[in-house]
Amino acid sequence: MSSHGHGGSQSSGGGSTLLGYIGIDTIIEQMRKKTMKTGFDFNIMVVGHSGLGKSTLVNTLFKSQVSRKSAGWARDEKIPKTVDIKSVSHVIEEGGVKMKLTIVDTPGFGDQINNDNCWEPISKHINEQYEKFLKEEVNITRKKRIPDTRVHCCLYFISPTGHSLRQLDVEFMKRLSHSVNIIPVIAKSDTMTVEEKQEFKQRVRKELEMNGIEFYPQKEFDDDMEDKSDNDKIREAMPFAVVGSDKEYQVNGKRVLGRKTAWGIVEVENPNHCEFAQLRDFLIRSHLQDLKEVTHNIHYETYRARRLNENGGLHPICDTQDSNL
Amino acid sequence: KSVKKGFDFTLMVAGESGLGKSTLVNSLFLTDLYKDRKLLNAEERITQTVEITKHTVDIEEKGVKLKLTIVDTPGFGDAIDNTECWKSVADYIDQQFEQYFRDESGLNRKNIQDNRVHCCLYFISPFGHGLRPLDVEFMKALHEKVNIVPVLAKADTLTPTEVQKKKIKIREEIEQYGIKIYQFPDCDSDEDEEFKQQDLELKESIPFAVIGSNTVVEAKGKRVRGRLYPWGIVEVENSAHCDFVKLRNMLVRTHMQDLKDVTRETHYENYRAQCIQSMTRMVVKERNRNKLTRESGTDFPIPMGPAVSESETEKLIREKDEEVQHEKNKPVLQLGAGFSQKFQYDFKI
Repeated sequence: MSSHGHGGSQSSGGGSTLLGYIGIDTIIEQMRKKTMKTGFDFNIMVVGHSGLGKSTLVNTLFKSQVSRKSAGWARDEKIPKTVDIKSVSHVIEEGGVKMKLTIVDTPGFGDQINNDNCWEPISKHINEQYEKFLKEEVNITRKKRIPDTRVHCCLYFISPTGHSLRQLDVEFMKRLSHSVNIIPVIAKSDTMTVEEKQEFKQRVRKELEMNGIEFYPQKEFDDDMEDKSDNDKIREAMPFAVVGSDKEYQVNGKRVLGRKTAWGIVEVENPNHCEFAQLRDFLIRSHLQDLKEVTHNIHYETYRARRLNENGGLHPICDTQDSNL
Repeated sequence: KSVKKGFDFTLMVAGESGLGKSTLVNSLFLTDLYKDRKLLNAEERITQTVEITKHTVDIEEKGVKLKLTIVDTPGFGDAIDNTECWKSVADYIDQQFEQYFRDESGLNRKNIQDNRVHCCLYFISPFGHGLRPLDVEFMKALHEKVNIVPVLAKADTLTPTEVQKKKIKIREEIEQYGIKIYQFPDCDSDEDEEFKQQDLELKESIPFAVIGSNTVVEAKGKRVRGRLYPWGIVEVENSAHCDFVKLRNMLVRTHMQDLKDVTRETHYENYRAQCIQSMTRMVVKERNRNKLTRESGTDFPIPMGPAVSESETEKLIREKDEEVQHEKNKPVLQLGAGFSQKFQYDFKI
């Protein structure tokens, strides 16, 4: 359940004190039931050079074969000349809750010799999803539940060079952090020792700051002090240095997801080995709903406002409809 | 006498930043060449073009001196648009050839400095699915100018199966794209079995999966060069962990002379031939313009009488042509790869 739930009948800021139990707090249970019935959509985009373990990480996050790699795409396929956008959807069910998960992959990003503007197809895709949603919204007869294909979260994979961000990383994140939630992660972090990881993270964070890149969770959208302090902790730990794996090994009597090398087994969910568990908890267990909300209330609204302002707004279906916009 | 003078060797390292090139160089030669290096951030790198930097270090071991020059290529592949980023590297190699060419043709040839690049270690990223477009383009642009030895960088990020798969894929792609990497000379049939086995292993290890380290860690009671991870210790010199030892032996102990020989006999000669050809073409053009009646300069020139003034280039061409003919008739002594480095004889004039 969302961590934003406030229990109790205390009201802050001038509400009336209750004389008995009304049952307002059951709204949470009602919402839960509804969500379980309808399920929800979640769309993640993964961006980064080929070979950074994007597909594997996504499979690890959702503990199932949800990536394009598993959907039968041959690993030996040639690198596309321009950035492709490929979506794969799955329905995942857990505890009665159904989630339609869509992974949007971007093969070809950063792989060419000349990578100028390789972010454009990605930007275009994101805006196209906003456009689709907008068109549905302004229809006279709207669907009961508008299918949400908007990208809720963009995982950007940073190559673990140990030096700092690459120019392409900076360019991409600068340009897209205002239209989508960007969560930078350090890929294949089992290539760095503990000190190297710390130093690299610090340098990367400094560079992100120097370039004014607001990654998710963005400071300006913190709701209140509680939010801010929670998110501050997360922001300080980002970007998460992760390792992905869909293979299991026996370690100390337990079966764990990991990578077996000649000198030891890297355990994906061991916080001493990498920050995968932190990423997963952050992404799925605490901020999943918030990611959707920020996408809808902020990124989408920005897009919408811009669209409605240019050229006198969208083509009205009928005059009376305008007032509803 | 050669031992007294010492040997020289120029090694170039190329590949994107962050692949452990500097660390590997330091590990190979137990040096600290990059001590005061300042790492650039993304902003600073925007205005960078590919630089060529040189570090020279004198190494002495058991009375044998080696003057080692490391040529580094910072900035390679770092930009968003990396079109032709290998050009400055190719130009550098050509410049060294040109310098040597001039020196060879000069009057005082006793102390020629050989700055030609004898070997180029090209670092392939372990994070890709084999060769990337940039890797292919770089190697194709340079495989006829320098001995290319591909290495698989930061191999501690890969499991043993992954290393094998990548090596096979990379070898396939090298063949597919017609890239001519440095070929280890074949063993003589009279070498012993152990040597032949080693030679075979060497050939099948390409690209060498390497790991470098600037730090010493304690593993099983011994102090070794390695990397300490929470899940274990990678030992650089452990053959079960990586091919570092193979690479080092190949580079320093067994194939250093062959690398120099191939540079001299193949790459440099290619350059020279091209140079001479283009010079002669220039001369022919000039001659035709001056409407002199003489044969094309590529034939054996007729010795000219003193009455005719000779341009400097023509003189050079004539001398070179004579030398080329002379070279072709010289006997060539083949030294087995296992031959000790201490007894090298330089047969060039």
